[in-house]
Amino acid sequence: MKERIRIASGQGFWGDLQTAPLDQVSKGPVDYIVMDFLAEVTMSILQKQKKRNADLGYAKDLLSITEQILQICAEKKIKIVTNGGGVNPQACCEAILKIARKKGIQGLKIGVVLGDDILDRIGEFRGRGISFENLDTGEPFDDVRQNISSANVYFGAAPIVDALRQGADVVITGRTTDTGLTLAPMLHEFGWREDEWDKLASGTIAGHILECGGQASGGNFSADWRSVPDLAHIGFPIAEAYPNGEIIITKHDQSGGMVTVQTVKEQLLYEIGDPTRYVTPDVIADFTTITLQQEARDRVRMSGVKGKPSTDTCKVSMAYQDGYTAVGTLTFAWPDALEKARRADEVLRTRLGDAGLSFEAIHTEFLGLNSCHGPIAELPNVVNEVVLRVGVRSRSHGDVERFGMEIAPLILTGPPGVTGFAGGRPKPSEVVSYWPALIPKSAVSPTVIIRQA
Amino acid sequence: MKIQLRQICHARSGDKGDTANIGLIALKPEYYPIIRRYVTTDRVKAHFDGIALGAVERFEVPNLWALNFLLHNALGGGGTKSLKNDAQGKTLSAALLRMEIDVEEEIKG
Repeated sequence: MKERIRIASGQGFWGDLQTAPLDQVSKGPVDYIVMDFLAEVTMSILQKQKKRNADLGYAKDLLSITEQILQICAEKKIKIVTNGGGVNPQACCEAILKIARKKGIQGLKIGVVLGDDILDRIGEFRGRGISFENLDTGEPFDDVRQNISSANVYFGAAPIVDALRQGADVVITGRTTDTGLTLAPMLHEFGWREDEWDKLASGTIAGHILECGGQASGGNFSADWRSVPDLAHIGFPIAEAYPNGEIIITKHDQSGGMVTVQTVKEQLLYEIGDPTRYVTPDVIADFTTITLQQEARDRVRMSGVKGKPSTDTCKVSMAYQDGYTAVGTLTFAWPDALEKARRADEVLRTRLGDAGLSFEAIHTEFLGLNSCHGPIAELPNVVNEVVLRVGVRSRSHGDVERFGMEIAPLILTGPPGVTGFAGGRPKPSEVVSYWPALIPKSAVSPTVIIRQA
Repeated sequence: MKIQLRQICHARSGDKGDTANIGLIALKPEYYPIIRRYVTTDRVKAHFDGIALGAVERFEVPNLWALNFLLHNALGGGGTKSLKNDAQGKTLSAALLRMEIDVEEEIKG
C-alpha cells in the first residue's frame, strides 16, 4: 500500500481556468488529477447537443485539457478521474483514445462508467412504483414529466474504484458526485472497506474541499482578500491523503494563492445544508467533527472526521423545460442617472402592459446600486452612472421575444443621457429547471467498460 | 457596543436551487459565542427582509467557529429561472457581513 497519495483538483466547474490542469500535473508530484465539469442543469444542455449529434454530449473542454496533459500523465503515471463524460461518456472515451493515438501513447487504459443516464427508463421506474416526487418541495412528478430533458442518477465512488481496480489510467464518468471523484482513489489505493464510515467521510469532505478548484486555495476568499499572493498564478488545491483517513490540503510550492485554515473553512461551508448530515451515495459525513490545523505554510491537516452509514437511496438529478427569460440593460449617465433609469423602467413597463404581454415575473435592478444586496444596500445621494437591468420570464416565447424589442426604443423615446445598447436585442433563453428526486440504490447499477489505446 | 459583523467574521455564500446558504465564520474563537448569541435566525430573517422570502434556518458548526444559514426562497427561483444578477447568491455573504449587532461583550480588534 502507498504511504500517501496526492490528489489534485484540476477544474472546479466547466469553464474554469484552462491552465490549471497542466500546472497541477507539471509543477510538482501528484498521483491523481480529478476534474468536475457537471453543474445541476449541465446534463440537459448536453442532452440537447447529443440529440443534434450522437458523437457529442460531453464536456468539450476536457479534450483540449487532455491534449495538454495526457502525455505528461502517461509519463508520470498520473491517473485522470473526471465526470466530463456528461451524457455520452463513450463518445468522450473515443475522442480521448484518438488523442492518445495521435500522441503515440500506447496501452493507455480508459475506464468508462455508464448507467447513470435514466432518461429513457423513467416509464419503467414509474411502473415499478418509484414516484420521483420533488425531493425539496414534495411536488408530484406528473407536473413536469412531459418536459423532462435529462435524468441522471448520482453515482458515488464505487464504479470509479471498480475502473481503477481494472487498471484504468483514465476514468470517465457521467453524473458522478463531485466528492466521489476524490474519494475513489483513496478507496482504491488504501483498500478502505465500504463501511469504514469515518474514513469515507474524510475522503468525501476532501472531495468537497477540492470540488470548486481555486476556491479552497485563495480564490473568492473573503477574510483578508488583499493578502492572497499572486492570484494570477493561483495553485489549485491538492489533497494529500493517508491510509488512516487524515488529509492534508496543500498546493504546489511554485504557485500563487494560499492554503490556510481560513481558506479551507470558507470552502467547507460552501453550498452545504445541515452540517451534521452531508449526504452522498458513499457516506453521510459530519462536518461538525472536522479538526483543522495549520501544519506548515500552505499545509492544512484535517483529522477527526466522523461519518455515518449511507442511505439506501441515490439522488436523481432531472432537468425540465420551464419557459423563457430575457434580460435587457441600458446605461444612464449623470445628472439624475438613477431618477432617469427609474423613469425608463416605468415607461418600459407601461409599454409592455399596452402590448398585452404576460409575464410570470418582471424584475428590475440598478447595477452599481442594488443588484447584489437589494434593500439592504444604502443608496448614495449622487451616482455618476447606473445600469438599468430588466428581466422577464414567461411561458410564451413570443412575449419574451417582444420584450426584447422594447429595450432599444427607449434610447430615442425615453429619458435623456442613455447609452450602452451595443449587444442588440435581448434574445429569449430557455429556462431549464432542476428536479431533484430519489431512487432506491437497488434499482440502478453502474456498468464499467475498459477500453485500451 | 455596536459592531458590524465584518469586523469579527468572514463568510462565503452559494446556492442550492432557490435556497441560498451563507457560512458565517468568526475570525477568532472568542467571537464564536458572540455570533452564536446575537446572529439569530430571527435577526437574519429581518436583515434579509425582501430578499429571503421563505424561512431561515441556522446550523451551528462550533469546530469551525461558524454558523451555516439557509435562506429559503431567496434567489428569484434559482438556477436559470432567476432574473437576478446574483442568481446564485454569491454576494449574500457580504450582505450578511453588513449586519450590525449591539453586544454587551467588549470586542478587542
